[in-house]
Amino acid sequence: MAEFNLPQNSRLTEGKAWPKPAGAKKVTEFKVYRWNPDDTANPRTDTYYVDREDCGPMVLDALIWIKNKVDPTLTFRRSCREGICGSCAMNMDGKNGLACTTGIDECGSKGKVAIYPLPHMPVVKDLVPDLTRFYAQHASIEPWLKTTTPAPEKEWSQAKDDREKLDGLYECILCACCSTSCPSYWWNGDRYLGPAALLQAYRWLIDSRDEATGERLDDLEDPFRLYRCHTIMNCANACPKGLNPAKAIAEVKKMMVARQV
Amino acid sequence: MLSKSSMRTPLARVRGLGSAKSGTGHFWLQRVTAVANVLLTVAFLLVVISLIGKPYPAAVATLANPLVAILMLLFVVSGAVHMRLGMQVIIEDYIHSEGLKILAVMANTFFAIAVGAACAFALLKLSFGG
Repeated sequence: MAEFNLPQNSRLTEGKAWPKPAGAKKVTEFKVYRWNPDDTANPRTDTYYVDREDCGPMVLDALIWIKNKVDPTLTFRRSCREGICGSCAMNMDGKNGLACTTGIDECGSKGKVAIYPLPHMPVVKDLVPDLTRFYAQHASIEPWLKTTTPAPEKEWSQAKDDREKLDGLYECILCACCSTSCPSYWWNGDRYLGPAALLQAYRWLIDSRDEATGERLDDLEDPFRLYRCHTIMNCANACPKGLNPAKAIAEVKKMMVARQV
Repeated sequence: MLSKSSMRTPLARVRGLGSAKSGTGHFWLQRVTAVANVLLTVAFLLVVISLIGKPYPAAVATLANPLVAILMLLFVVSGAVHMRLGMQVIIEDYIHSEGLKILAVMANTFFAIAVGAACAFALLKLSFGG
């Protein structure tokens, strides 16, 4: 059966409460998931208090503030701090998103900010999930232009309206917010490709320059790879870039029916 | 999950046994029967409402009408097929032990056919005179 309870060694415990910053006037409480592969302890949630007048407005600012001023062992990924690299994807206040584009004030629904790694992925450490399989799924849809016709002397040409079909698809930064928000991906992530990989698959399926549309559809036509999508729509809700993977998947299903009916 | 005991590459694991190259038939039939069920359920409800509080011979008389009987038979068939398809998806979603999954998918098919056959038999018996 699908596992609805965490295994014994993954159950959360209450962690350390770090001291409040001295003399701070505006303080926000952060509950942050911690897990260290180097000891045998269960994961825990540590409590940090962030001096908001000494810290930027985004969740990533707060995490960096904590790492610099309170606890240098707190581990998370970040790079661009402007929503284009996808590194700092995590679960904040119960919703997946990018820490760098999510305001601290957007996350206070319970009076404090709860921060966890992306759901249902193996954890490498603290807020860093293991995305090995996610990246392999992206590779499996062969995300590159495939042609049989010899390459033209210059570029492959594309009509303006055909190029516009890629809008809303090419912007995906592979942060994994969508796939890890999808219950179908939680239960069957080993066989279901997930919204991110399927959105990318559709991006190549409707590229007017690509000559492998049929083979791509053959490869996706599978009760698990594609048809585990039940239009739950968490993916569209989670996407920090405002894309709609569920719609892309529906378009792929329409292409599947179109070539049979 | 990616177990550390296996040395297969992540891509090999994701590719697994390859694409089944099927599933569209299942998906499409589920949509077709869903549309059919919308219309047939209305017909079914109309028949049920028209028979509320009426005695057994009235039910036999209504179902003796070939149009009513055929509509009710179609409702049973479409409903049973749709039920089987939908339940199979739920089984595949939540049951991950291969043996149990095969058994459940099989039992689901048996159940849908048995329910459909029982309903069809009852309908035909009534419409041919009770």
